[in-house]
Amino acid sequence: MWKWLHPYAKAERAYQLCNTLLPYFAVVAVLGILVGWVWGLAFAPADYQQKDSYRIIFIHVPSAIWSMGAYSSMAIAALVALVWQIRNAQLAVIAIAPVGAAMTVIALLTGAAWGKPMWGAWWVWDARLTSELILLFLYLGVMSLYHAFEDKRAGGKAASILALVGVVNLPIIHFSVEWWNTLHQGATITKFDTSAIDPSMFWPLMINILGFAGFLGAVTLIRLKTEILKSEQHRPWVKALAGGK
Amino acid sequence: MIAQNHSYWRVWASVYKKDVRLAFRQRSDIINPLLFFLIVITLFPLGIGPEPNLLARMAPGIIWVAALLATMLGLDKLFRDDYLDGTLEQLMLSPFPLSLSVSAKVAAHWTVTGLPMVILAPLFALLMNLQSQALSAMMLTLLIGTPLLSLIGAIGAGLTVGLQKGGVLLSLLVLPLYIPVLIFATSAIDTASMSLAYGGQLAILGAFLAVAIVLAPIAVSSALKVSIN
Amino acid sequence: MQFDSLSEFFAMGGYAFYVWLSFGSCALILIALVVSSVQEKRKLLQQVSAQTAREQRIEKAKQAKQQESQS
Repeated sequence: MWKWLHPYAKAERAYQLCNTLLPYFAVVAVLGILVGWVWGLAFAPADYQQKDSYRIIFIHVPSAIWSMGAYSSMAIAALVALVWQIRNAQLAVIAIAPVGAAMTVIALLTGAAWGKPMWGAWWVWDARLTSELILLFLYLGVMSLYHAFEDKRAGGKAASILALVGVVNLPIIHFSVEWWNTLHQGATITKFDTSAIDPSMFWPLMINILGFAGFLGAVTLIRLKTEILKSEQHRPWVKALAGGK
Repeated sequence: MIAQNHSYWRVWASVYKKDVRLAFRQRSDIINPLLFFLIVITLFPLGIGPEPNLLARMAPGIIWVAALLATMLGLDKLFRDDYLDGTLEQLMLSPFPLSLSVSAKVAAHWTVTGLPMVILAPLFALLMNLQSQALSAMMLTLLIGTPLLSLIGAIGAGLTVGLQKGGVLLSLLVLPLYIPVLIFATSAIDTASMSLAYGGQLAILGAFLAVAIVLAPIAVSSALKVSIN
Repeated sequence: MQFDSLSEFFAMGGYAFYVWLSFGSCALILIALVVSSVQEKRKLLQQVSAQTAREQRIEKAKQAKQQESQS
């Protein structure tokens, strides 16, 4: 049943698959982000309460969603890498981590820039912001653990184990932070009500989410290609690829 | 043949005894984290002022953060010596699962760092002017929480054992994972100082501990296998 | 179009600083990520081709030396 998947464990086939997939993701990324930003910034109506400051939602929500999406896909890749000992999955873990970390940083920065006009402070120990910050620490841990290893193969395995430990802990951390938050500050202003969002704001948001997904996929593929080439750099096919340029 | 003479329990006990005995021969390993714990707690009143009410308000957080940091001190050495002299490889080659000896080593680590902290906790509570009704809560959370810290920390120690400069990296890996323990432990102490029931938080900590006892040794042993090969 | 003029668009109803700060930093991070990823790959390929060129040169020099010693 899964036989068709097996050839992709070979580095060269995986590299070719990256090449075929990359254009689709790149088109979705460029179109989605361009259309989403123009629509969100210029055409979507202003919020009756938060006025124009709410437009930050169009990047804050997609980056927050995909910072978690990237972590879960990284954890899936880590599971595949550890259970079936597939080297390419290990490389995928390493390829996703910086992109996910960048998404997390964007979510934090935009959250702070949104918090200043709304809450009057750049940083509030709001449950979602706090768990996003901890998510960033987990990403940084995976990345720096990988780079600390001389032997990149062992480093990839260690990073995969850490990613899995992180994904087991992440829901626990998230819920404990949420619980801690309700304990310490009675009522925080909820940023937006998902149920009450108007279609004129919903569609640009969806397009942005799609565009960010495309971006996540495209950059991950580029990085995965680099990682595959790096691990195979003494093989003839990589040499031919480098020479043919 | 070895397997016939040694039950799982006896292997566990012998690894545990060896580690505890080693720690007692090098007393500084036991005393230094405790001194560190004491010094961190002394620094806080100097930094924020000696006002008793303020100290009592901040005591749970300060004591627990100090406990986290003090546990981190010994973690670096948890597998390092055994890794360097080859004992770890022998444990890996033995017919018994590595997670068994790992759990024994973690238990030994807790006995020499966590347990003394629990015993000395009343003294620290006195220094921080903690209310007397919160004292038992603090002892209980430390009793349940410090083994958790040792178990989670061992995962980080296993991942970094083969690295030259694992120390700083270890704290980056492990401290974020300590957050739930910190939250529930301090909240239990807070609740107790308001003379309310804190059984719920203790139950959650106990659940964390149960899960960690089962899962952490597996994660640690796979991490050690990566570091050694 | 939600705004009447371009200057109104840039003013963002008084929230210009926050809105443009977040969109600007977001764009900066996204672009930086793409550029660094692409550059890393290019550098690696250059490195590999330089390595193969070097190996070929060594091979050639070896052969030349062998021919010299034979003649």
